[in-house]
Amino acid sequence: MAEFLAMGGYAFFVWGAYGLVAVVLIGNAAVPWWRHRRLRNKGSGQGKAH
Amino acid sequence: MMGRAFAAVFRRELRLAWRRRGQLLQPLVFYALVMLLFPLGAGADLALLGQVAPSLLWVAALLAVLLAQGTLFSADLEEGGIELWVTSGVSLGWLALAKLIAHAMIVSLPLILVGPVLAGWLGLRGEALWVLAVSMALGMPVLCWIGALGAALTLGLPRGGILLALIVLPLYIPVLMFGAGAVHAAVDGRPADGALLLLAGLLFLGVSLAPIATAAALRVSQE
Amino acid sequence: MFHRFTALSSPRHFYAIASAWLPWLSVLTALGFAVGLYWGLVVAPPDYQQGEAYRIIYVHVPSAWLSLMVYTVMAGAGLVALVWHVKLAEIAVYECAVLGAWFTALALGTGMLWGKPMWGTWWQWGDARMLSELILLFLYIGVLGLHNAFADSRKGARVAAVLALAGIVNIPIIHYSVEWWNTLHQGATVTRFDKPAAHSSMLWPLLFMGTMFILYFSTVLLARIRVRILEQEADRQWAEEVRRG
Repeated sequence: MAEFLAMGGYAFFVWGAYGLVAVVLIGNAAVPWWRHRRLRNKGSGQGKAH
Repeated sequence: MMGRAFAAVFRRELRLAWRRRGQLLQPLVFYALVMLLFPLGAGADLALLGQVAPSLLWVAALLAVLLAQGTLFSADLEEGGIELWVTSGVSLGWLALAKLIAHAMIVSLPLILVGPVLAGWLGLRGEALWVLAVSMALGMPVLCWIGALGAALTLGLPRGGILLALIVLPLYIPVLMFGAGAVHAAVDGRPADGALLLLAGLLFLGVSLAPIATAAALRVSQE
Repeated sequence: MFHRFTALSSPRHFYAIASAWLPWLSVLTALGFAVGLYWGLVVAPPDYQQGEAYRIIYVHVPSAWLSLMVYTVMAGAGLVALVWHVKLAEIAVYECAVLGAWFTALALGTGMLWGKPMWGTWWQWGDARMLSELILLFLYIGVLGLHNAFADSRKGARVAAVLALAGIVNIPIIHYSVEWWNTLHQGATVTRFDKPAAHSSMLWPLLFMGTMFILYFSTVLLARIRVRILEQEADRQWAEEVRRG
């Protein structure tokens, strides 16, 4: 396991790249999910009709 | 009908340019000033200047063209000229072509004439001056047309200037590379015709596509 | 056929279809990434030249693929928005620009993290692909900036669509000019190494990750358009009903 994490001495670069990708991809997926949830919560709370 | 509309737009542009001819000198003064700033910043090392001069001449000319774009359509917008164009029944792309060719001549010609003079000032000699003039003659119109598209896209925006530079500069890159590349080749004593042919290709592409794109941008702006 | 097209392009129907598909697509994407990561990080053998560092390509190359693919999708959506005034396509132009800019940034970031151990420098001016990616990032930023400059988001989307279409014509030219410039100024200092992933045991996980990136993009684009629709149609009856749950 330690050997796997060390990535042959390139741990910083390999995990850095994968970490960067993980943060950006998860972030971009979370934004619409979070906004959708907030919209629906607001809708049920106020329920004002135009 | 189409020929007369084309000629009318073309003549109007030239007449307007003549009326504000003092304003047309501003890009030239800007060009000369930038070419003065670089040696002042880098020192009077002629060998070094000779090496970077082709890039400097092209980058400064490019910025001078960019500066001349901002107000391209704003007078038309205020006077309702664009609305008139859209509703005139004449193809908008055709009218845009007339305006773009006139605009390219008005902005490029002075710069093309001044460029070799400034190049001589920076120490370029012989064939390089000719190559610079030809590369500018082929490249400057394309820069004008890309800039005109940017001006049409940012039409009516309160602070369009910096945004115009932001959207136009990345599109300027190929012209800059081929243009400066041609002059570099001439300075190094290599043949420059490859780069010049590529520039001619861009000019051809520009004259066929720029009117369409500009017309589309103007139409969207009038919706 | 045409009827189905118009039904899909109606925001209300699109919302219903997207809502039905999204849970499945999300699960599929998550599972796919789990498989792809295990394949690329554990199963695939180390490269004989670059050792373990080459594993960066399993995220770098798909990001670079997607950065170009998303631009093409954006320009396509732009064409639909300009010609047929389809509201969904207008929304898609903007959301594609956001996602495409992020994929381009990822391609640059992971490329630098790959270049540092391989070239000994974060940024290699002699590498035409990295330079093209950087210019592509500026093109995306231009589209986003232009869109955001308009108070009316529908008009902003249509103006941005014109720029996206101008950009799609320019991308091949820019790429060619950068390569041309690169051969002109190529110094002897640039260390070229063999392209990795030549062997099929390395190539298959790469293609798999590429497919997963496309799946991710489709899923997130769908989710993003769905939220925008709900926001923009907030006054409509159906949106009110949806929000009340």
